[in-house]
Amino acid sequence: MIRLTDVTLTYPGAKAPVLEEVSFAVEPGELVLVVGGTGSGKSTLLAAITGRFPHSTGGELRGQVRVSGRDTREHRPRDLADVVGVVGQDPEATFVTGTVEAELAYTLEQLGLPAAVMRTRVEATLDQLGLSELRNRALDELSGGEQQRVAIGAVLTAHPQVLVLDEPTSALDPAAAEDVLSAVHRLVHDLGLTVVLAEHRIERVAGLVDKVVLVKDGRVRVGAPAALLPEYEGAPPVVALGRLAGWQPVPITVREARRQAGPLAARLGAAPVAPARRVGERLLSARRVSVRHGVTTAVDHVDLDLHAGEVVALMGRNGAGKSSLLWALQGSGRRASGTVRLADGVDTAGLSPEVARSKVTLLPQPASDLLYLPGVAAECAAADGGTGRARAELDALVPGIGDDTDPRDLSEGQRLALALAVQLSADAAVVLLDEPTRGLDGGAKAVLAARIREVAGQGRVVVVTTHDVEFAATCADRVVVLAGGQVVADGAATDVLRASPMLAPQVAKVLPDAGVLTVADVATRLAARDG
Amino acid sequence: MSTTAVAEQTPRPTLAGLHPLAWWAWALALAVALSRVTNPIVVVLLAVAITGVVLMCRSAGRWGRAFRGYLVLACAVVVIRLVFHLLVGVDGGGPVLLDLPRLELPAWAGGLDLLGPVRLGGLLSVLYGGLALGALLLCFGAANSLADPIRALRSLPAALHPIGTAVVVAVTVAPRLVTSFARVRRAQRLRGLSATGWRGLSATVVPVMSDALDHALAMAASMDSRGYARTLSARRDVGIALTLALAAAVVGTYGLLDGQAPRWLGVPMLALGTAVAVVAGWVAGRRAQRTRYRPDRWGVAETFVAGCGVAAAAIALLSPTLRQTGLPGAPPLAWEAVAVAALAAMPAMLGRGASR
Repeated sequence: MIRLTDVTLTYPGAKAPVLEEVSFAVEPGELVLVVGGTGSGKSTLLAAITGRFPHSTGGELRGQVRVSGRDTREHRPRDLADVVGVVGQDPEATFVTGTVEAELAYTLEQLGLPAAVMRTRVEATLDQLGLSELRNRALDELSGGEQQRVAIGAVLTAHPQVLVLDEPTSALDPAAAEDVLSAVHRLVHDLGLTVVLAEHRIERVAGLVDKVVLVKDGRVRVGAPAALLPEYEGAPPVVALGRLAGWQPVPITVREARRQAGPLAARLGAAPVAPARRVGERLLSARRVSVRHGVTTAVDHVDLDLHAGEVVALMGRNGAGKSSLLWALQGSGRRASGTVRLADGVDTAGLSPEVARSKVTLLPQPASDLLYLPGVAAECAAADGGTGRARAELDALVPGIGDDTDPRDLSEGQRLALALAVQLSADAAVVLLDEPTRGLDGGAKAVLAARIREVAGQGRVVVVTTHDVEFAATCADRVVVLAGGQVVADGAATDVLRASPMLAPQVAKVLPDAGVLTVADVATRLAARDG
Repeated sequence: MSTTAVAEQTPRPTLAGLHPLAWWAWALALAVALSRVTNPIVVVLLAVAITGVVLMCRSAGRWGRAFRGYLVLACAVVVIRLVFHLLVGVDGGGPVLLDLPRLELPAWAGGLDLLGPVRLGGLLSVLYGGLALGALLLCFGAANSLADPIRALRSLPAALHPIGTAVVVAVTVAPRLVTSFARVRRAQRLRGLSATGWRGLSATVVPVMSDALDHALAMAASMDSRGYARTLSARRDVGIALTLALAAAVVGTYGLLDGQAPRWLGVPMLALGTAVAVVAGWVAGRRAQRTRYRPDRWGVAETFVAGCGVAAAAIALLSPTLRQTGLPGAPPLAWEAVAVAALAAMPAMLGRGASR
C-alpha cells in the first residue's frame, strides 16, 4: 500500500538530510506505529507519505514514495485526497467549515461526488464514529476528543485506503484518547484501512499495532513491536518491566504482562505501610477559590495548600478547570471569589508582574506564547538579566541548542524546554507548570521529571497539570483530581493513582497489590528485599 | 454516551434550516428601505421590528450571539453623532435648548468654532440621521446573526468559490486572532513584562503573528490534503464576467438608491448585472466538477421571509410621507409607517414561539 524506496529527505537550506536511505513497505490493512524522539523526523516521514513533503514544505526528496501505486513526486496532496486521509494533533486548526456535518462532507464536495453518494457516506461515517448526536453542532463547541473524531471522520468519508495520524491524542485526556484510539482500531477492523500513526505516548497503542517504525538519527528501523520496542527509550512501562524481570517474550500490553507477573508479585509481597508523608512549611494557601468564564463555573470553591518539597500532579478531564485553577493561583487569572495567600500572607492577585514572577512562576499553555525574541541567547538573557541561569537550565533539559537559533525553528519539545528554562530561572518558590510534557519524548520526560524533583528538593513546590499518568507516577508525590471545577480526590500519588482504572499507570495495573507505580519503584523494592 | 446529554441541551430551532440568502434578502430590502426613509418614527419602528425578529429567530451559535455587538455599535453611532454636533455642529433652526459658551478656534483650524448654543432643530436632524445610520447597521447585524455567514458563502456560484473560501478562512481565523492576542498578553505578564511600550508590543505581536501564520499554514495544508482546488480549471473568463456583473449590480443599486442619479444608472444596470451573473454562473456550474452536499432549499418559508422584506421596502420607497422628517415640527404619522414595520416584523412569526 505504501512503499518507500531509498528515500532521503532534506529541508531547504539544511546541511544534513532529516532522513537518509529509508526503505520500507506497509501492507494493506496494517496498523503501523511510528516512534522516535523529539525532532527525530517522525513528522517529516509522515509528511512524505501524504505528499506534503516536498509539495507544501519545500525541500528535496530523493528516492521514491508510492502510495497506492501513486508516486508522491507527481501527485500533489490534493491529488492524493481520495487515497490518503491526514489528521494532525490540533484538529481545530484544520477545520474548514462551521458544523460537524458540513465538515464531514467537505472532502466529498471537493472530489465532486454525486449528492446521493455524499449523503450515504456522511450518514455511514456519523454512525461509525458515534457522531450522529453531534451532526448539527458547531465545531468550536465540541470537546477535544469529539473534535478529533470529527477530524478523522472528515477524511474517512472520502473512503481513503490510508489514514495518516500525527499524534492524534497528544492534547486529549486519558478517556478521550482511549475513545479516539478505539475508534481508529475499529476502523482498521471494519474497513481494512491501512493506518500510519505517530505517537509519543505509546503505552495505549502498543498493543494494537502490527508493526513499529523506529526513527532515530536519520535512520529508520522496521519490525514487530516485541522485537523493536525493548530497545526504544520511550518504550511503554510494561516493556521496561518485562526487561527488568527478564520475562520472555517481552510483554507489550498489560494483559500479556499480567500473565507472567505471578512470581514477581510474590517476590514483592504486599504493599508496605507507607510512612506518613512529611511536609515542609506551607508556601501557598488557597481558600474557596472560584473562577467563572461567562456563565460556566470553571473552578468551584477550591481549597488547596501547597507545601515546600512537594510535587503535586493536578489531573482531570479536558475542561475540568486545571488551567483556570493554575492561573487563579498565580494571581493574574481573575477569581470570582476566594483568596490565595503566599507564605508571607500576601495575596497573589495584588502583585505586580515583576514581583509575581519572583514568587510564583507559571508555565502557560501553549508555552510558546512566552517567547518573542529572535534568538535563544536573547531569550535567555531577557529572562535572567544576563546571569546565565536560564541558559544553564536549558542545557540541563535539552543540551546543544545553538545560541542564534530562532525559537520558532525549534521543535515543539525544544521550544517547551526553552520556555521552561525561562520560567525556572526566576527562582520562584512556587512553580506551576501547565501541561509541560506535550510533545516531549520519553527521554526528555525523564529529564524533566528529574529536574522537577530537584526543584522540589530545594524547598520549593511544583504543581504540574498533566494527562500523562505515567509522567505523574514518576514525578509526583501528591495527586489532586479535579472534576467539574471541584477537587474530587487529593492524596498521596500511590493511593490516588491506583484507585481509578483511568488514572492507574501500567505497572500498577500489572501489580495491583504491590503498592508500586513505576518500574523504578519495582527496582527499588527488589533491591531493598535482596539487599 | 456522554455527548447525548449535551446535544439535548441545545435544541436547534427549525429556523436554522432556513436558506441563508432568504435572511440576506430580507435584511437588504430593509436596508434599501432605510436608506430612503427619513421619518424617525418609521426608522425607530423598523429598528424595533428588526431587533424583535433577531431575538425570536436567531440560532444559539456564536453568530446568533453577535447581534448584541451590532446593537452596541448602533447606539454608539447615535451618541457619537450627537457629541460631534454639540462640539462642532451647525446650528440649525428652532429654539435654543442649551446655551453653551462658544470657543473660537484660531484661523488655521478653518474657522471652526467649538460648542456654542444648541438648537432643537439641529439636534433633532442629527438625531434622526444617527437613528437611520444605526438602523442600517442593525440590518447587517441581523443578517449576520440570522444567517451563518459560512453557510451563506456556500451558496456562492462555483466560479467565485476561491473568493468564498478565502472569506471563510478569514472569518474562521479572525476570532482566533483575538483570543490568541488575549492569551499572549496574559502569558507575557508571567515574564514580568508590562504590556506597554515598544518591547511590550513586540512581545505580544510576535507570538500572535507566528501563531496566526502557523494556523493559516496548517489550514492550507489541511485543505490541500482534502482535495481543495483539485478540479479547478485554469480558465478565468467566468470569474471576470462575474466580477463585472457584481460591479454593474453595485452601480445599479447606487443608481436606485440615490434620488439624483441619472435614470439609466438604476434599474437597467441592476438588470444587466443580474443577467450576466446568471449566465456566467450557469456556464461555471456546467463546468465545475465540485458538488454540493445538501444544498439549502428555497421553499415557502424562504419566499415569505424575503417577500416580507421586499414588500416593506416597496411601501417605504413609494410612500412620500415616510420621506418627511416633519422638521421643524413633529414627524407626520401615516398608516404606511405601521404597515412597513409590521411587514418587516412578520418573519418573527416563524420564530421560537411559533415553532414549538
